[in-house]
Amino acid sequence: MSYLVFFYLATVIAVTAVLVVLLRNPIYSALSLLVLFFHVAGLYVTLHAEFLAAVQILVYAGAILVLYLFVVMLLNLKAEDRYHNQLPVAAFLGLMALTEVILLVLHRGSPVASTEEFAVSSTGNTESIGEVLYSQYLFPFEIASLVLLVAMIGAIILAKKDLLTGPSDKDHRETAST
Amino acid sequence: MIPLSYYIVLSAIVFVTGLVGVLIRRNIIIILLSVELMLNATNINFVAFSHYLDNVAGQVFVFFTLTVAAAEVAVGLAIIIALYRAKTSINVDDFSLLRW
Repeated sequence: MSYLVFFYLATVIAVTAVLVVLLRNPIYSALSLLVLFFHVAGLYVTLHAEFLAAVQILVYAGAILVLYLFVVMLLNLKAEDRYHNQLPVAAFLGLMALTEVILLVLHRGSPVASTEEFAVSSTGNTESIGEVLYSQYLFPFEIASLVLLVAMIGAIILAKKDLLTGPSDKDHRETAST
Repeated sequence: MIPLSYYIVLSAIVFVTGLVGVLIRRNIIIILLSVELMLNATNINFVAFSHYLDNVAGQVFVFFTLTVAAAEVAVGLAIIIALYRAKTSINVDDFSLLRW
């Protein structure tokens, strides 16, 4: 039963991942990425990470993907025509890397590969994550908040029209007219 | 019980798909979506190892990956909008400013 669920989720994840790269319309790519996010969340539930599954749907599907769709529709793009001309090289390298990893994992049999499930933690998933996050990983947590602040300010500065292009345009026009 | 290696193979498939997507697509938005694919592949690995080693640290690291992904999206999309304003295109072949 668990195999069935895993193989369903894994198949959908792999297929939608390929579709994200292959589809020509960016909106369809973003929508197949949405399906992938939901199935990754399902995978997290089977791995007893329920809180992460909720966060995955909230943050990835709710925030990040909406931002992508917003930009795609803001730019009003037509369907993209061609692939990059390094397609054969990329396909070859990707195939090599993939077969290498699969062979390494399946044939050698790493020591943790056959590990059975140890124990289901007695405390709740959210509680244990919070305990570790706010004690052992408190400093990285604060750094993460700083990263988000810097990204927010940077995004505002980059997307603000007048700040970057306005004055330089005016200077340009003045020098051109004089 | 599903072996851990299955999760690693799935993660490798998704990661390589994202890698190839970054290399072959010309649309900057698709390139950023492929980066998201790679980040999700690492997240699958983190959660799988966290479950099999019975250690919550892996799940905590997913949060940091999520933070980086959110920051990357915010800055990346702002850059895309700025580039689109400058050149009216989001085709990477049109942006060869650093080429000499």
